[in-house]
Amino acid sequence: MFSFDFMRHAFVAGTFIAIICGVIGVFVIARSMSFLTHTLSEIGFAGAAFGVFAGWPAINGMLLFTIISSMIVGQMSVKEERRESAITAVSALFIGLGILFLSLSNQNASSATSILFGSVIGISQSEVWQIVGLSIVVLLVILVSYRSLKFDSFDSVGARVNGVKVNLVSIIFLVVLALSVSVAAQIVGSLLIFILLTLPAASAKYFVHSVAKMMTLSIGFAILGTWCGLYLGYLTNWPVSFFIASIEVLIYCVALLYARKA
Amino acid sequence: MDDKTVSAIKTNSTGDVTINKILTIKHLTLAYGDKRVIQDLNFDLTKGSFTVILGENGVGKTTLIRALLGQLKPQTGTIEFENEQQTVKLGYVPQFRNVDEEYPLTIREFVALNLYHGLTPWLKRQERGRVDWAIKQTNLTQIENRPLGQASGGEKQRAYLAQALIERPNLLILDESTASLDVGMKYELLELVRRLQAEQTLSVLFVTHDLPLAKQFADHFLLMEHDHYQTGKIEDLKITKAGEGHV
Repeated sequence: MFSFDFMRHAFVAGTFIAIICGVIGVFVIARSMSFLTHTLSEIGFAGAAFGVFAGWPAINGMLLFTIISSMIVGQMSVKEERRESAITAVSALFIGLGILFLSLSNQNASSATSILFGSVIGISQSEVWQIVGLSIVVLLVILVSYRSLKFDSFDSVGARVNGVKVNLVSIIFLVVLALSVSVAAQIVGSLLIFILLTLPAASAKYFVHSVAKMMTLSIGFAILGTWCGLYLGYLTNWPVSFFIASIEVLIYCVALLYARKA
Repeated sequence: MDDKTVSAIKTNSTGDVTINKILTIKHLTLAYGDKRVIQDLNFDLTKGSFTVILGENGVGKTTLIRALLGQLKPQTGTIEFENEQQTVKLGYVPQFRNVDEEYPLTIREFVALNLYHGLTPWLKRQERGRVDWAIKQTNLTQIENRPLGQASGGEKQRAYLAQALIERPNLLILDESTASLDVGMKYELLELVRRLQAEQTLSVLFVTHDLPLAKQFADHFLLMEHDHYQTGKIEDLKITKAGEGHV
């Protein structure tokens, strides 16, 4: 399997993607941002379609759109009760734009399919380096802002009254989330990004009692799903994202059963 | 005059007797837009005292605390913290928390959240020592590795208190911290606060509606009413509404 360049590329990129999704997912779950993650994946699709339209690599279009839109959502949803409708409005606009750019770019349906569902086989060496570089940036930002981010994510009231700059933390997290969404889309596609960004962390929280352990287990679940998904995709020639989604959902169901038993 | 009041009184260089204050509020008016919530409040907080803030809902107790925390600017008047050469550090235990019970967060981890200034994800030895100290002070050592979601109401309040103590404040503000506790736990928590007040030379501002509790633990009061404010020693507190245990 590893004699093929595309499989080596897929495993390297997939491993880095799983690591950042496992880490970011912990904060996505703690900040109840699963819906925003789903929306950012749709916005990523629009960005990729714009990239195709403009003749750019799809990931650059995704980065541009997800970062801008995450800042807009952040500004619009300063009041928490307004967050869901703000996200819905931004999502509606960007999906419409995605359809428009795909239509204008005169590309056939396969480009839309690869954006939506991922195309692990098509990852080149230079894209692997880009994914690795962006993953390292994401991990470094999380490392440096970890304490403030953890405080604001797990005890937002305490963070605010104790002087954490919660608006700044929120914006940094949204940008990091946008970067992660754009990177993760390369493997699982924009439609299924939220699988890796939410389910491993959501499952992990039922098995452990500390944030560090939750993060470790979340990374483990994300890597397990990605590696197994890539291997099964190689064996069967079925879509990798199908296997990753199925494995992560299975882990989540086991976690729920474990939580009920505990 | 109790011991704490005596210790807060000293003689200045000219021989005049002065009260050692940690907080002075002069002619304070607070408002949200056009709506005035507090008007012309004057209040001194004696260093080392346990002062209770009493008043019905809507009189501006939480608004006053927001101003003390620097979250709301006075429309007029001043709030001055003074503590000789030392900086006044505030510790605040808010009324409401939204910590999800399913979060995998131990009591120790929750307390350590307030050490958020460092750039490393892990705590340094000196920081771990501060967590140990705060946990010990609030009698949480035995259960420090228990998930916060599994702690009882009283244990949670002690964890909130420990988190506020970790920066070693000299002024502790408790916003209705006993409201959701049963009688036994209320007394247990306030006994703990009173011990900390004595041992750590803390000044305490405690917001509550519970008059018997206030009379039991506080030595000074600030009674806030819609049209005026009263301050003084707790034994001088007169509530005109007969037979009420709550204000």
